[in-house]
Amino acid sequence: MPEPAHKPYRAVVIGASAGGLKALSAILPHLPADYPLPIMVVIHVPPHRRSLIAPLFEEKSQVRVVEAEDKTPIEGGCVFFAPPDYHLLVERSFELSLSSEAPVLFSRPSIDVLFETAADAYGDGLIGVILTGANNDGAAGLKAVMAYGGKGLIQTPATAFSRAMPEAAIEACPSALILDLDDILLELKNAA
Amino acid sequence: MPNAIARTEDIELRLLLEAIFLKYHYDFRNYALASIKRRLTQARDQFGCRSFSQLQDMVLNESGMMDELLGYLTVQVSELFRDPAYFRAIREKVVPHLKTYPSLKVWIAGCSSGEELYSFAILFREEGLEERTMFYATDINADALRKAEMGVYALERMKLFTENHRLSGGKSSLSDYYTAGYGAATFDKSLRKRTVFSDHSLVTDAVFAETQFVSCRNVLIYFTRDLQGRAIGLFKDSLTRNGFLGLGAKETLRFSPHADEFTEFSRDERLYQKRGGI
Ligand SMILES: C[S@@+](CC[C@H](N)C(=O)[O-])C[C@H]1O[C@@H](n2cnc3c(N)ncnc32)[C@H](O)[C@@H]1O
Repeated sequence: MPEPAHKPYRAVVIGASAGGLKALSAILPHLPADYPLPIMVVIHVPPHRRSLIAPLFEEKSQVRVVEAEDKTPIEGGCVFFAPPDYHLLVERSFELSLSSEAPVLFSRPSIDVLFETAADAYGDGLIGVILTGANNDGAAGLKAVMAYGGKGLIQTPATAFSRAMPEAAIEACPSALILDLDDILLELKNAA
Repeated sequence: MPNAIARTEDIELRLLLEAIFLKYHYDFRNYALASIKRRLTQARDQFGCRSFSQLQDMVLNESGMMDELLGYLTVQVSELFRDPAYFRAIREKVVPHLKTYPSLKVWIAGCSSGEELYSFAILFREEGLEERTMFYATDINADALRKAEMGVYALERMKLFTENHRLSGGKSSLSDYYTAGYGAATFDKSLRKRTVFSDHSLVTDAVFAETQFVSCRNVLIYFTRDLQGRAIGLFKDSLTRNGFLGLGAKETLRFSPHADEFTEFSRDERLYQKRGGI
């Protein structure tokens, strides 16, 4: 069966680690208040119980920014951060689940877990974004996103605070777009 | 085309969960799919199976396989005084209410290997409630229940547990409650003399006692909303009027059909109180 050429995108997932706060600051606060897609984010932070990241971005963004709670219905125009020490997963019913199962690649939350489950739920309607980071979490996840027909965006390693994560993602996903933060923002705006 | 593969895989996954239910009466059919699919994919790879169908064949026909698979189907992660703020709120806000009851029944639902139970037993001893309390510690994982009944944990975990206990407002030293030896910490068996350990499923079993406090943490996150509704219905039926329900740090009644049967007692710590007159 022939597929239509341009499928509208339905969701965005973003993964970041070392240097990620700054990279996200070049993206999330610049999205318009009426941005229609939901955005799920995993950023590795030390497992302090209370995370201040969502309130921090809520403060300076026009889109809504929250820390995900279990079975939160996914809504467009909202950014959902994984809570510290829980994996964030996307259900087929477009709700968010949390899990305290074992860390993956020493990470909980794990970018791979978010990306793989989101790919399973959204298929080719998903955009996966890998930003700066010092490990290789996210490479397998982005590969899954692209295997389902989704789009892959990777921060240019040279502009990343830490290049290991984007480099691992590039190696796993040679056909992903490698872009500076400005252009990632542009892609996200244009996809909506 | 990956989507076609995904669909076949989904059929096989559903059949596997159905087979497990029909043969062993463990009902995982309405668990939140994303996580269970991941963990069963790990099991499939671990047991060298090509597909979920092959794994189904194994679990139906090879003895011992179900016990092994249960280790993948359930998530066994716990800590003593996990999220100390939860236990601190119980100490400071709930205990004064509990002190007005002559006798108490407390249900730890999904107790895993017992860390949560021992946290409650220690807290109740420190707060002078132990003698009037009966604990029910339930789970579906027999292996975890066995560990809970033994109360033995790796010694290296005590640093974290001690810190958690302190942050919970602990009134003594955690080391008063265990003896250390051979790399293990063995908790004092008097802590569990008022505990009934029991195999009980929130999915398929019924209410078994009237309780004043139910603590069910990090279990509901593995359920779909429908199943969460069933479990919370059980808690509601088990609790006396004004009884307390405690959930995990990121769990909420907000999306539950039972939400208005409870009031938020301590919002950040996910402590709820059953309304009077229900
Ligand atoms: C992540 S552990 C939570 C342990 C502890 N409550 C805590 O928060 O640290 C989840 C537990 O739920 C149990 N569980 C899963 N399904 C269950 C069910 N249907 N009924 C009762 N317990 C269940 C698992 O066997 C596991 O021990």
